[in-house]
Amino acid sequence: MAERIGVYVCHCGSNIAGTIDVEEVARWAGANLEDVVVAKDYKFMCSSSGQQMIEEDIKTHNLTRVVVAACSPQLHERTFRRACQNGGLNPYLFQMANIREHISWVTTDKAAATEKAKAIVAAAVRRVRHHKPLEPLPVQVNPRTLVVGGGIAGIQAALELADAGYPVILLEREPSIGGHMAQFDKTFPTLDCSACILTPKMSEAGQHPNIKLLTYSELEEVSGSIGHFKVKIRKRARFVREDRCTGCGICVEKCPTKVRDDAFEAGLGFRKGIYIPFAQAVPRIPVIDKEHCIYFTRGKCQICGKFCPTDAIDYDQKDEILEFEVGNIILATGWKMFDCTRIPQYGYGRLPNVFTALEFERMCNAAGPTGGKIVLRDGKTEPRRVAIIHCVGSRDINYNEYCSGICCMAALKFGHLVLEKTKAEVYSFYIDMRTNQKGYEEFYQRLLEEGMKFVRGKVAEVTNADRTEEEKGRLVVQVEDTLTGRQRRIPVDMVILMGALEPQEDAFELARKVGISCSTAGWFTERHPKLDPVATMTDGVFIAGCCQGPKDIPASVAQGAAAAARVAGLISRGTVWIEPIVASIDEEKCSGCRICNNLCPFNAIEFDPVKQVSRVIVALCKGCGTCIAACPAKAITGAHFADEQMMAELEGALWDASEEALAAIVGSKSQQELPVIGA
Amino acid sequence: MSGPSATWSVENKTKPKLALYWAASCGGCEIAVLAIDEKILQVADHFDIIFWPCVVDGKVRDIEKLPDGAIDVCLFNGGIRTSEQEYMARLLRQKSRILVAFGSCAHEGCIPGLANLSTREEIFNTVYRDSVSTDNPTKVVPQTETEVAEGTIHLPLFYDTLRPLADVVPVDYTLPGCPPEAENIWEALQAIMDGQLPPRGAVIGKQTTVCDECPRTRSEKKIKGFKRIWQVIPDDTTCLLEQGIICCGIATRAGCGAKCPQVNSPCIGCHGPNEGVEDFGARMMAALSSVIDSKDPAEIERIISEGIPDPVGMLYRFSLASSLLKRSRLPRRQEKAEAGQPQMAMAAAKG
Repeated sequence: MAERIGVYVCHCGSNIAGTIDVEEVARWAGANLEDVVVAKDYKFMCSSSGQQMIEEDIKTHNLTRVVVAACSPQLHERTFRRACQNGGLNPYLFQMANIREHISWVTTDKAAATEKAKAIVAAAVRRVRHHKPLEPLPVQVNPRTLVVGGGIAGIQAALELADAGYPVILLEREPSIGGHMAQFDKTFPTLDCSACILTPKMSEAGQHPNIKLLTYSELEEVSGSIGHFKVKIRKRARFVREDRCTGCGICVEKCPTKVRDDAFEAGLGFRKGIYIPFAQAVPRIPVIDKEHCIYFTRGKCQICGKFCPTDAIDYDQKDEILEFEVGNIILATGWKMFDCTRIPQYGYGRLPNVFTALEFERMCNAAGPTGGKIVLRDGKTEPRRVAIIHCVGSRDINYNEYCSGICCMAALKFGHLVLEKTKAEVYSFYIDMRTNQKGYEEFYQRLLEEGMKFVRGKVAEVTNADRTEEEKGRLVVQVEDTLTGRQRRIPVDMVILMGALEPQEDAFELARKVGISCSTAGWFTERHPKLDPVATMTDGVFIAGCCQGPKDIPASVAQGAAAAARVAGLISRGTVWIEPIVASIDEEKCSGCRICNNLCPFNAIEFDPVKQVSRVIVALCKGCGTCIAACPAKAITGAHFADEQMMAELEGALWDASEEALAAIVGSKSQQELPVIGA
Repeated sequence: MSGPSATWSVENKTKPKLALYWAASCGGCEIAVLAIDEKILQVADHFDIIFWPCVVDGKVRDIEKLPDGAIDVCLFNGGIRTSEQEYMARLLRQKSRILVAFGSCAHEGCIPGLANLSTREEIFNTVYRDSVSTDNPTKVVPQTETEVAEGTIHLPLFYDTLRPLADVVPVDYTLPGCPPEAENIWEALQAIMDGQLPPRGAVIGKQTTVCDECPRTRSEKKIKGFKRIWQVIPDDTTCLLEQGIICCGIATRAGCGAKCPQVNSPCIGCHGPNEGVEDFGARMMAALSSVIDSKDPAEIERIISEGIPDPVGMLYRFSLASSLLKRSRLPRRQEKAEAGQPQMAMAAAKG
């Protein structure tokens, strides 16, 4: 039976119709393409009247297939599938031709655009003929959610869900939750104490009956999909039994080992061989640093064990692998600071009085290594002049092109703290001052009034090579002041580098584990940059906070809450329907070679050792096609992406190619009747 | 139509007529037919062998005089490299009810098809001029026409490109293998004799790959480096690919009984791709690249360049002429000539 295909060409206002002759495309499709019985153009196909047109045409013209030529399927495939369904057609008997992102937005050549639009429509028409009706698969949503990362964004997300009555696993790889915010002294622009606003949330998360806190733990493996992810978590050995420890801290007090603390104290302070990262840590359970502990390195000591009143020290503790099923995953894994030694001309690591922003945060903190005193590396001298260099590793094509967003405000905050706590002068070396949130510009004005000095220019170098008496024994900042057009050399005592916010080292690996994508830098990619900022292209995986891109605390908190709201919506719905676009293995063709076995990013392939064939676990398969491409026996096919569908699409796209060219690409293997010479 | 010289074969109506032909191939397929041993007598009993230049005398003109479809079965081995072979392919197609592409050369081009990486000129230079064993002081290369005292003599035109049989004429069945195994030949012949043939167009063989018949133990694959067969003595129970030896069994149509891997030698792919596969080499590449155990581009590059020094020879050994690319790119002026090749071919063959 011949198919009856309806073709609808969208103007998208002038987005498409401004470049493509949409009437001509519709007319041409109706006149030239096989099986097309209706071909129309319309101002906005996604409007309710556009959808209604499809629904009515399906009924009046008995359409068996529908093609809409409009925008990207990412935007409106669901809309038109629903319209097909409302018209009584299986939603998968629909195909979308993207003539906006792929054509009208990328050219100004109207004639060429119209011709290409015809080819793309022809491709969709050819393809849709091979579509098969599919039924979406129902999945029950497990109400438990995994939140990865216990910084402010993750804490917020966990609390929102827990308060709504849903169970949450909050995963943190450091010994305590709190994240970077716990390291800060003050927060801009209100200057409220970071710890004072954060620690209540931390302890709430630690004590909440609906939150299972797993610190010093990392995500090992994720399988499954929305509603029923299976996650494996490695709970690293603390060598302290959580069920016995009371957090009294006597073990820390008695431990004879002192180690530089590169994590919480950013290398500025020390901790013990057994330690609690900071006073308000949650949970307040110490961890033995196996690499530095005397017992673990030399086999003797065990002082902590001897002093522990509850016998909680367990030197034989092993890493544990815990497995959970969760319905949704929220990633809030934050950021790491740019390694300032990568810019050697700024002297970090070589010139002692060059500090990173994180070191300075710790220095300002009353609970930090200097007790809140702003002093040089010698620990006692107060600086007379402090330089703050912006955009260290940001807005720089050699490192990161993006703006880290928060450094201008943090620099102003630092300026304020220096002016408040010392008699020093403060210079800010900025490229552009970016203060575009609520209260930020006012804070900048305040610092101008407080006497912070601003030099607009990118610092060329920080050096200790003095040229004048005044420079002797000090650091010199060499900079072009772009407002006066002069080179300046400014002698200072202390330099603070506002290092860029960078994605976590293992962002790509984590993205691969959960099946989402990253920008080239390593920030997780949201489903839509404006309209869907906390969802990802993988259903059931959400992102919040700086792992999506640099942002300040209010934005991180808002995203944490937003992600939680999205998850809560899915949980309360109970059942979600997942795309039936999955791979299947023909057991006859499968030789059990096992090439595909460890390829599946979703662990959806299992091997049957009895029948010696591989098999797809439908509930886990996301239809990505990795195994289909890799199968050397071509035993695997993908629903909705079968070879005949894609080959037909190619044939359609080449509609105006010469017969020979067409034959060279698709027809060469077909055994056409060739002229045979006579006897 | 029955000329006096053709009547000897057409008269015998009781026996079906069998023809065998040898085009661009090594001749191994001819021998393979005899590897069915004494059963060849049953074949001779059942069929009237009407044309088999390698074994019995016969003239092309006798075949030309037969009515169309007079031959019941033609087993055609070899690809199409010359105008003469193309003529014979078309002739035998016209005269045969069932045309079988017999063996890898007719099926996919096989080793002769690897010459599709060169042009005719390059092939002639190697064969008639440059190789160390060549003694050709006057630089003679084959010409389609040569004037001699007695008149003009002709040689077939040598094409730039070798084509599998199915790219020249429609083929009814394909018997894969280099050469096809005796038992498969016998089964195919029996099927023909009993009239138990599969649907037209089928490749006679299994619809899975060699691993299915291979007794080695297979696990999940993670390969840190590929080894050539002279570099290692493989253990005889583990999958060869897992030992780093490129075994094409994963992609090669089963039916041979996994003979090579059973004697510690990797499958080289002579049975061609599995049912429905467009391009054998591409499948192999996709599969191998999927199991290289590294994420470092430089290391992956090293693993590939050290382990697969000749990707075409290793992964397209049998299938280059039937692959999606078919050959290396010809110089532009030659592409035109190539496009006109069939016409020239017929002219030369007829002349």
